[in-house]
Amino acid sequence: MNGFIASARVLLLLALAMTASAAAAIDPQLVRDLAFGESDDKIKAIGAVISGGDADALPLLQALLDGNIQTVGTDQVLLVKDDAATDLLTGKAVSPLPENRDDVVVNNRVRKGLGMAIATLKLSAPQREVRLAAARELQDGADEDTLPAISGALAKESDPEIKELLALTQASIQLAAKDKATRLAAIRTLAESSNPATKTLLLGVLERKGGNYVESDPDVRHEAEQSLRAVERKLDAGEMISRVFSGISLGSILLLAAVGLAITYGLMGVINMAHGELIMVGAYATYVVQNLFRKYAPGAFDAYLICAVPVAFVTAALVGMALERSVIRFLYGRPLETLLATWGISLILMQTVRTIFGAQNVQVENPAWMSGGFVAMTSVVLPWSRIAIIAFAALVLALMWLLLARTRLGLFIRAVTQNRGMASCNGVPTPRVDMLAFGLGSGLAGLAGCALSQIGNVGPDLGQSYIVDSFMVVVLGGVGQLAGTVYAALGLGIVNKFLEAWSGAVLAKIAVLVFIIFFIQKRPQGLFALKGRFAEA
Amino acid sequence: MTGTAFAPSHAAGELRILQLLSSGGWSLYGLAALILFVLFPLLHLVVPVDSPFHLSDYWITLFGKIMCYAIVALAMDLIWGYTGILSLGHGLFFALGGYSMGMYLMRSIGRDGVYQSDLPDFMVFLDWKKYPWYWSFTDHFWYAAALVILVPGLLAFVFGFFAFRSRIKGVYFSIITQALTYAAMLLFFRNDTGFGGNNGFTDFKRVLGFPITAPTTRMALFTVTAATLLGFLLLARWIVTSKLGRVLTAIRDAESRVMFSGYNPLYFKLFIWTLSAVICGIAGALYVPQVGIINPSEMSPANSIEIAIWTAVGGRGTLVGPVFGAVVVNLGKSWFTKALPEYWLFALGLLFILVTLFLPRGLAGLWLSRKRSP
Repeated sequence: MNGFIASARVLLLLALAMTASAAAAIDPQLVRDLAFGESDDKIKAIGAVISGGDADALPLLQALLDGNIQTVGTDQVLLVKDDAATDLLTGKAVSPLPENRDDVVVNNRVRKGLGMAIATLKLSAPQREVRLAAARELQDGADEDTLPAISGALAKESDPEIKELLALTQASIQLAAKDKATRLAAIRTLAESSNPATKTLLLGVLERKGGNYVESDPDVRHEAEQSLRAVERKLDAGEMISRVFSGISLGSILLLAAVGLAITYGLMGVINMAHGELIMVGAYATYVVQNLFRKYAPGAFDAYLICAVPVAFVTAALVGMALERSVIRFLYGRPLETLLATWGISLILMQTVRTIFGAQNVQVENPAWMSGGFVAMTSVVLPWSRIAIIAFAALVLALMWLLLARTRLGLFIRAVTQNRGMASCNGVPTPRVDMLAFGLGSGLAGLAGCALSQIGNVGPDLGQSYIVDSFMVVVLGGVGQLAGTVYAALGLGIVNKFLEAWSGAVLAKIAVLVFIIFFIQKRPQGLFALKGRFAEA
Repeated sequence: MTGTAFAPSHAAGELRILQLLSSGGWSLYGLAALILFVLFPLLHLVVPVDSPFHLSDYWITLFGKIMCYAIVALAMDLIWGYTGILSLGHGLFFALGGYSMGMYLMRSIGRDGVYQSDLPDFMVFLDWKKYPWYWSFTDHFWYAAALVILVPGLLAFVFGFFAFRSRIKGVYFSIITQALTYAAMLLFFRNDTGFGGNNGFTDFKRVLGFPITAPTTRMALFTVTAATLLGFLLLARWIVTSKLGRVLTAIRDAESRVMFSGYNPLYFKLFIWTLSAVICGIAGALYVPQVGIINPSEMSPANSIEIAIWTAVGGRGTLVGPVFGAVVVNLGKSWFTKALPEYWLFALGLLFILVTLFLPRGLAGLWLSRKRSP
């Protein structure tokens, strides 16, 4: 706090010093016009400052706006700050303060002009924030006088955000110009923009008020329509990008949630109803790791997620293997009973978590590097957390592929999935493979939970909200091949998001379900069925 | 419904009815009827309120509710126990029957609602000016009663046709039915769907002109439910002991062989599936006036799976077993949720695991094996 006050004081001093030196350099005529002239004179003088782009006038204008300029008689113009005063005409300090000072009258019109002038002058400030604020201020209320200044600033500006704002402002001023060519040029420039505000601006040109168009010239209207279409195309493209992105994001979440399920389902022919709860276990494991880091290593807090990933995997895998050993292995060959038993397990897991952590949602914080997002377009921001999850899903998928295709365990898992009896005859220890594969599937659920904790609520019901969707992925994708799960998850994610935009979330879900039911008519074994000859019992 | 459906006029048919149950079975059946139709009404209506033998409203409602569940468990036994198709979406048919009846009950509230409007309160709240088209005629009891049968029946028929035609079975079928009820739950949660959103239907005032909370109305609903349960029990028994029932059991045990023997399982499955859904719908319709509320949570996947556990606890493929299973589990549930609310899910979860592991034939199986090996 003290430091803040100190630095503020330094700034103030600096400002004063600048004021004093700058004031001396100002054209006395300008000072006189501003101090003694009528409102019209003042406006004219301000206009001159704007078109001149004289940065030295900035402190004077600011002081005028703040009410710090006072006159004495008809020959002294004082800049009064606290108890010190400077005569702006001579540049000399005046003390003591004369008694007969008059405030310079600044009416609303002048005040507005001053604001604009200050903003235009600030456009050439070195700090980005100052320029940005100035550009924002100019956006509402800039008039033709500021146009040259804005154009000049636009030419020099390098920051894309400020540039965009300025361009918009410039165009909106030019749209009101009397000269047709200027208006046309402005409209053509607007066609380049991908800012949603542009659309409003162009719609304004095409607006009809009481039977007459706001814009009287048909050529200009035609051009505006064309530009509008161009802008709309860009906006649509932006929307498309963000929709595809959120579809891929949902798809990667579904993929994480379903890939473990597909493994256990392929292996045992049983959908593990407790899979959702294993996801929840992973999320809570992340929560616990987060709390440990916060307590014992607050400095390394941002790294907790790296540590949480293996912990979530191992915790969920251990829980899964324990379940397989204690319950599920006794039910092989009775898939419907296994379904019910795993449901029972899910109830117990949920209630256990509720007993330990409470029924309320717990807070899992994102590490700092995950907040914010990647700005793809003005209207499209892709959050880092989502991008991280997509990358994470891709990584998990790659590891899974390596494990299934390149390791001995993977070979065994594939063998048992394809033909349990034959694998057993060839010496594959199927009970061991079952346990490890179940652990692997559960561990993957744990990873999904770790990822989900970063973008959603973590509560005892976490698993329930993803389970039906991940079942659908498995049903659609078929078992035995990762590719099926991948296509099904991404496909469902994207289709879901597109339908959502068109019909709302609930109807989209229902439409997807109906689609799946019809799809299974054609391919009862899912997208990618294992090829081979099977006889059903 | 109860008598006419399976009483052919010729003598062989009558004999067949008598053969449905053994003599011991008929005695038990008569005893159950006596308790439900005589003892309960006596204890509730005739015995004075301060007597220790008086059955309070609570118990009548609870048993009425449990009997509705027992009907559902019976329906589940037909499709799962006898045909081997595990539906995890029966809660949907139950709720659809309930909503159909609920529409009638909502309209018989008349202007007695909070806003004194012709429309139900939730519609006034949504600023709707008139009933949506699907509410037409629901102020007529018989139309609503027809909906109770038609809505679940048609949905089950269409869904079942597509599902069975492409030979979706086993776990796949279970999962799809679960998704079906889940999607329906989401749909009914929406306010715009026109069924009261989250809150569903409640605050009923009267049924067929009788005040819904009066003891006699309550008792009448109870009796109708009991009659429906006993009637469906006979109907189900009649079906499973018929040739049709044999084919169903064969489909359960070896569907491919049934096909190779020249039967098309599609129509058998479709018949029993649709019938099961209709029975569920009727149970739902009886449930709503007694419990006084119907909302989308009845369609939640968890509810449907609970139905399966009633059937499993009682013993699949025994008809009486699931009825008892529903009674036992639900009595347990109402005791647990009052005495040890936080342990109910543990108990239920353990029940799922223990029954599947150690009691594959349920309580009925336990009873039968004790009888056989004295």
